[in-house]
Amino acid sequence: MAKLHVTTTVNGEPMEFLCEPYDTMLDALRGQLGLTGSKEGCSSGDCGACSITLDGRLVCSCLMLAAEAEGHEIRTIEGMATGDRLHPLQQKFLEHAALQCGICTSGMLVASEALLARNSNPTEEEVRFWLAGNLCRCTGYDKIVRAVMETAAEMREQGIQEIRQ
Amino acid sequence: MNVVDNKWIGQRTIRPDGVDKVTGRAAFAADTTMPGMIWGKVLRSPHPHARIKSINTAKAEALPGVKAVVTSRDIVDFTIEKGAVMLGIQDMRWMCRNVMARDKALFPGHPVAAVAATSEAIAAEACKLIEVDYEVLPWAIEIDDALKDDAPILHEWNKFDGKPSNIMGRLESKKGDIAQGFKDAEIVIERSFTTRPVHQGYIEPHACLISVAADGKTTIWSSSQGQFMVRAMTSMLTGIPQSDIRAIPAEIGGGFGGKTIVYLEPLATLLAKKSGRPVKMVMTREEVMRATGPTSGSKSTVRIGAKKDGTIVAAHGTYYLQAGAFPGSPIRGAVGCSFAPYDIPHVLSEGYDVCSNRSKVAAYRAPGAPIGAYAVECVLDELAEALKMDPLELRLKNAAKQGTKAAHGPVFPRIGYIETLEVAKKHPHYSAPLGKLQGRGVASGFWFNAGGESSAQVNITEDGNVVVTTGHPDIGGSRAGIANICAELLGIDYKRISVIIGDTQTVGFSNLTGGSRVLFASSMVVTQAADKVIATLRERAAKIWEIDPEAVKWENGAAHPVSPNAGEFKPLTLADLAEKAPSQGGPIGASVQLNTQGAEGGFGTHICDVEVDVDLGIIRVIRYTAVQDVGRAVHPSYVEGQLQGGVSQGIGWALNEEYIYNKDGKVDNPGFLDYRMPVCSDLPMIDCALVEVPNPKHPQGVKGVGEVPLVPVMAAVANAVHNALGKRFYSLPMSPPKVSAELDAPVQQAAE
Repeated sequence: MAKLHVTTTVNGEPMEFLCEPYDTMLDALRGQLGLTGSKEGCSSGDCGACSITLDGRLVCSCLMLAAEAEGHEIRTIEGMATGDRLHPLQQKFLEHAALQCGICTSGMLVASEALLARNSNPTEEEVRFWLAGNLCRCTGYDKIVRAVMETAAEMREQGIQEIRQ
Repeated sequence: MNVVDNKWIGQRTIRPDGVDKVTGRAAFAADTTMPGMIWGKVLRSPHPHARIKSINTAKAEALPGVKAVVTSRDIVDFTIEKGAVMLGIQDMRWMCRNVMARDKALFPGHPVAAVAATSEAIAAEACKLIEVDYEVLPWAIEIDDALKDDAPILHEWNKFDGKPSNIMGRLESKKGDIAQGFKDAEIVIERSFTTRPVHQGYIEPHACLISVAADGKTTIWSSSQGQFMVRAMTSMLTGIPQSDIRAIPAEIGGGFGGKTIVYLEPLATLLAKKSGRPVKMVMTREEVMRATGPTSGSKSTVRIGAKKDGTIVAAHGTYYLQAGAFPGSPIRGAVGCSFAPYDIPHVLSEGYDVCSNRSKVAAYRAPGAPIGAYAVECVLDELAEALKMDPLELRLKNAAKQGTKAAHGPVFPRIGYIETLEVAKKHPHYSAPLGKLQGRGVASGFWFNAGGESSAQVNITEDGNVVVTTGHPDIGGSRAGIANICAELLGIDYKRISVIIGDTQTVGFSNLTGGSRVLFASSMVVTQAADKVIATLRERAAKIWEIDPEAVKWENGAAHPVSPNAGEFKPLTLADLAEKAPSQGGPIGASVQLNTQGAEGGFGTHICDVEVDVDLGIIRVIRYTAVQDVGRAVHPSYVEGQLQGGVSQGIGWALNEEYIYNKDGKVDNPGFLDYRMPVCSDLPMIDCALVEVPNPKHPQGVKGVGEVPLVPVMAAVANAVHNALGKRFYSLPMSPPKVSAELDAPVQQAAE
């Protein structure tokens, strides 16, 4: 069977790739596109290490076919920082030591960013339930939840300041 | 103590590898590629127990795209008759049979052949074309089944008590005379417990990429807890000399003990050698669950005798641990650790290593100790209740301290166990009110901790900064600890220190990342190397100033005269001395290699609150506090992280995690959906109270911290459940179906 040609946008940049009909988006990201920041922990949508956004919606890239990216906007961990300026979540994860081995970190950050995009003032319970699809075996989640809550608080504060300015 | 003022030790600095890990740049094993790379796949036995009569690989080899096939014929055989060939705690006789079944397949998932092909799909297709003629044999998975008189025997050559047996060994620790001890007792409690096999649950599946050049020079990128272990085992199993194997440690996505042995590396090396192409192998999650780890399932009986005032006079523990397909269950941890927190005159602790048709056990965080502690700490809870004593008071009354002789041998030096109990007792958590259907439990735990071989290099760069190279994969932030210590010793900002994990051919031998040893051992060698560097810097300054080196001190990152009497000189900074190095004696650096000694054991005491949903049978942990003597918290955030991570693994072990087998002897839940590890919404915040009783045998006072936090957890949760319900669970996990059945039991009785 001939390969499929896919035209898409990844982290704001136009991208094209060829894929097998059965390739997952994760296969295409890690393989054809060389974006290995998204990780494969289970390939069944249970661990969240491959989390990306598709038109702003949080998805497991292992459960999405690569061909489905046609015409859509994909964002991955590689697009989270702006140049050498880390996203506030990335900075806060570092300050809080919210990672140990780091294999779940990409997915955690992408999922957390998706949460804050729709809820700038989440409760601890909301953070915990939103991140329930992202497994971490090292941290017990404590420092991750704190990092997300504190980032949200700081981003709200900065948002207020920007409005005042 | 070398360290006086502690500007950096104890600071929550940003870890050296942090930015790479929050931006997706960090290279884990599966992220690596090479030009010309092909893919390897493993064919695995579908049977729990089968004799392999023949393997025909001809059809697979003929499939277009297939570049190499290997079977056990290609692996170096360590014959049973010749006796043990040990590498660390692993016997290569079992390793060679575990990476590839020889005469028998001993568990579903046991590798029988491996294929390399130009795509993963072709490799998988080729596996299906390999013809294996199995003689299917009866099998036994559970300990009781493996111990039956007519049980199928996995290793026919093995005898126990003169008969063929699946008991592969027995170990005991003994102190005093338990018969006398139990005679002296005024109260005796004996209970039996079972635990299920649980997996380490690292999120990153095993992976490697291996290139073997025509001259035999081999390069391995793999995810492991020890690149030197990977090199040695791969060498022994393939026959390639260690000097020809460069094992490069990729970033490791979790291990918890499960990555202290090889699975894929010898196979990928042989496939790469045969095919002449670099070979990449990555396990699926299902392969991880079926064929790697887990830790043992167990059955234990613990009997404790005490006086009415709570003085424990005798203790007897018997632990049967599932080894899986090959000998080597962690009976040493169960036997040695379970009574270690207590000063008991008469102790007998015995363990039995039981083989069964399940994947070979791999180390899991304080191997064996949580199993022993679950039994002992639950019995202590019952003892406290029977004596109407506070459970922490009971432990305080019997606590091991400096001078106590542990049953497993050592006499304890200054230890901080009593401090953990006192901190727990005074902690606001311990006196907080409880609501309806809530309960509180406490438990303590001990782990040996390890020292052993470590190497380090400290080099000053030409611009006066520092590169530190050690040989241990960083699994939980050890580079951050090294950066803090090195910054402290050299008196410079930690950001000027680059901490690198060397590969096997660029840094001296360094044993596994395991046994809670990494920061203990590597900071010891780094300290000695930094001391040598400082001595060189002082000598250089002395030479420039034309004074005696003894008249030069190193302070705040610069050489100074010790006093005005030594002369008036402008301090020479690291950058000054680095700049002058070419004309003053050459490069500045030092390397140190040591077999480190003095790793003292660690103790922790945990407080757990649970709430039971009696309608659904769901137990939720609603508050948790872990108190631990950590020696010295070099980087408190990563110390807390070890405690929080260990606790959450223990909560999983206590409440949900278990291997479930189907009627065919296969694991029925080989994925993260059905093997239920704690998710974010299952857990509360996990509070930590760090007690710092410095290790007198370490320059910074460091003790291992990584494993102790798993040891008390299952007992703390079980004791809390008992406190909430007045019912005790003697088998783990306390999962909803089991809890519901238990809660329904009296209702059924009443109806009858």
